[in-house]
Amino acid sequence: MQTIDMATTSLRDLNALLQAQAAKTNQTAWAIENPRGAHAVAVGLDAPIEVTVKGSTGYYCAGMNKQATVHVTGSAGPGVAENMMSGTVIIEGDASQYAGATGHGGLLVIKGNASSRCGISMKGINIVVFGNVGHMSAFMAQSGNLVVLGDAGDALGDSLYEARLFVRGSVKSLGSDCIEKEMRPEHIAILTDLLARSGADAKPEEFKRYGSARKLYNFHVDHAGAY
Amino acid sequence: MDKTPQTKPRDSWTFSPEINSEIRRAAATGIYDIRGGGAKRRVPHFDDLLFLGASISRYPLEGYREKCDTTVVLGTRFAKKPIELKTPVTIAGMSFGALSGPAKEALGRGATMAGTSTTTGDGGMTDEERGHSEKLVYQYLPSRYGMNPDDLRRADAIEIVVGQGAKPGGGGMLLGQKITQRVASMRNLPVGIDQRSACRHPDWTGPDDLEIKILEIREITGWEKPIYVKIGGARPYYDTALAVKAGADVVVLDGMQGGTAATQDVFIEHVGQPTLACIRPAVKALQDLGMHRKVQLIVSGGIRTGADVAKALALGADAVAIGTAALIALGENDPKWSAEYAALGTTADAYDDWHEGKDPAGITTQDPDLMKRLDPVEAARRLRNYLAVLTLECQTIARACGKSHVHNLEPEDLCALTIEAAAMAGVPLAGTDWIPGKSGL
Repeated sequence: MQTIDMATTSLRDLNALLQAQAAKTNQTAWAIENPRGAHAVAVGLDAPIEVTVKGSTGYYCAGMNKQATVHVTGSAGPGVAENMMSGTVIIEGDASQYAGATGHGGLLVIKGNASSRCGISMKGINIVVFGNVGHMSAFMAQSGNLVVLGDAGDALGDSLYEARLFVRGSVKSLGSDCIEKEMRPEHIAILTDLLARSGADAKPEEFKRYGSARKLYNFHVDHAGAY
Repeated sequence: MDKTPQTKPRDSWTFSPEINSEIRRAAATGIYDIRGGGAKRRVPHFDDLLFLGASISRYPLEGYREKCDTTVVLGTRFAKKPIELKTPVTIAGMSFGALSGPAKEALGRGATMAGTSTTTGDGGMTDEERGHSEKLVYQYLPSRYGMNPDDLRRADAIEIVVGQGAKPGGGGMLLGQKITQRVASMRNLPVGIDQRSACRHPDWTGPDDLEIKILEIREITGWEKPIYVKIGGARPYYDTALAVKAGADVVVLDGMQGGTAATQDVFIEHVGQPTLACIRPAVKALQDLGMHRKVQLIVSGGIRTGADVAKALALGADAVAIGTAALIALGENDPKWSAEYAALGTTADAYDDWHEGKDPAGITTQDPDLMKRLDPVEAARRLRNYLAVLTLECQTIARACGKSHVHNLEPEDLCALTIEAAAMAGVPLAGTDWIPGKSGL
């Protein structure tokens, strides 16, 4: 286990060190101490390493992650795992706004609650939230899966494209063009896999699926009121 | 029989035939008019400024003999690897999707031959574009289509797009006709749908967030790349100041004549300020912060000639960017396609339905047959020639004003032909020492 103490190591040195890890590194386990809410911690990683951040982070922790597993033992600020390409990011506490924004791949697990706009504009990422998500989550979400074990706030899935949304609890309201859809066997399979990989204690059958009604895909004057 | 003299039919200025035709079109369709390009209305512009030239009080430099440097270095504030250009004219961001693959290739080839940079757009970076562009600026847009850390790292600079002159406050739009399989897969979207690009970034709002976003991008790219922030000509003083505060290396300022691939006509013509009106406030913001020439300013929106380039630089810009003019140099709106423009109900030079993907010139299209009409090598040559002319013209003027570097041009070298232009450019009305809006004169 390599340990980096942010009380004595600069953010630049920290990220440069982690980014320099090659695909075949044998130094796969890293611990970051004293993050104290720093922004842009462990961003741009691209190696199969496991980074444990002991504490809470500021904005954009694990931004644009590839391959790496980043585990935050505290809570994460806005934009955690934004634009993630692959790998896994796990937040033990809560996540602020825009968690997993525009993510293209990988798995983001938030064991607490996520704030507003969780999964905004997601492009293939899988997000599992053990608690609740705030308003406008999955806004303009393009693809991937958002799984919420708790409740969803207002305007879930507003203007979404092909992303799949699974919510176990209540949905305060659905956004424009977002509707409840039939849970078919392939969706149960996706959900089973994601719940297992994220270690969530829930049964796929307890969830409802939401997706796009696809009525806003091409402009039609009769739908102008929905915009 | 006596004929009573008749009053000649008179069109209303308010309800002109043009306006009436738009009312009829709106009534028939129920949807606003969408088009490409920038503002078509007449606004105060560089044409309303003149250079004074040398005189007894200052002497000129000899054309072709005495050196007039055009080198521009961008990104000197924080980036480890600033960009050096041989000309102060760069190519503005235009997307693969809005433009065909061959058109993007031609822009890259032409810019490279001229020693300048080209810029991606809302749709990601293609291998062809990267391969043919020696210096490529990668746009970081609200949609984040195709955004990934590998492309960030293989870019030469990164341009965070906050707004553009054609539509400050507006997002992008690429209609279904142009969403082919390749365009769709680069954007993670279904084929054939109307594709909206968001008007604001998904993971930051305001200047304090932007500062952290810039930090994140620098951390991902090892502090190597110049970070540009592009703003539409809305509130140039404050937007420039806030971009500087957020840590930008370069501010790109796009006035309302700057083009777009597709937006509502009402947006293009009625939102934002003319380019001429934006430059001095932006320069003042840089000067007030002690950052003029430290944070470089690139101005775009209606740059057509070397005189426009020289005037933008004289007002304080470090470089300019061209979009529409570059497309015309490639062959857009060429009269040789007149018959086909007529068949589309328009004319060469007026054609602006770029969103429909039917461009006879094969530039603003994804139609495989149409795009074959553009030979990227030949089109690149035209762009290179045009860039050379812009540079030579700018040098000619600079030498006439006695400047050994185009950056030495200054407002004092200019006068204005109209009161409006004098006020906007902050230079005296020709024949007077009057700068409208300046007290104490």
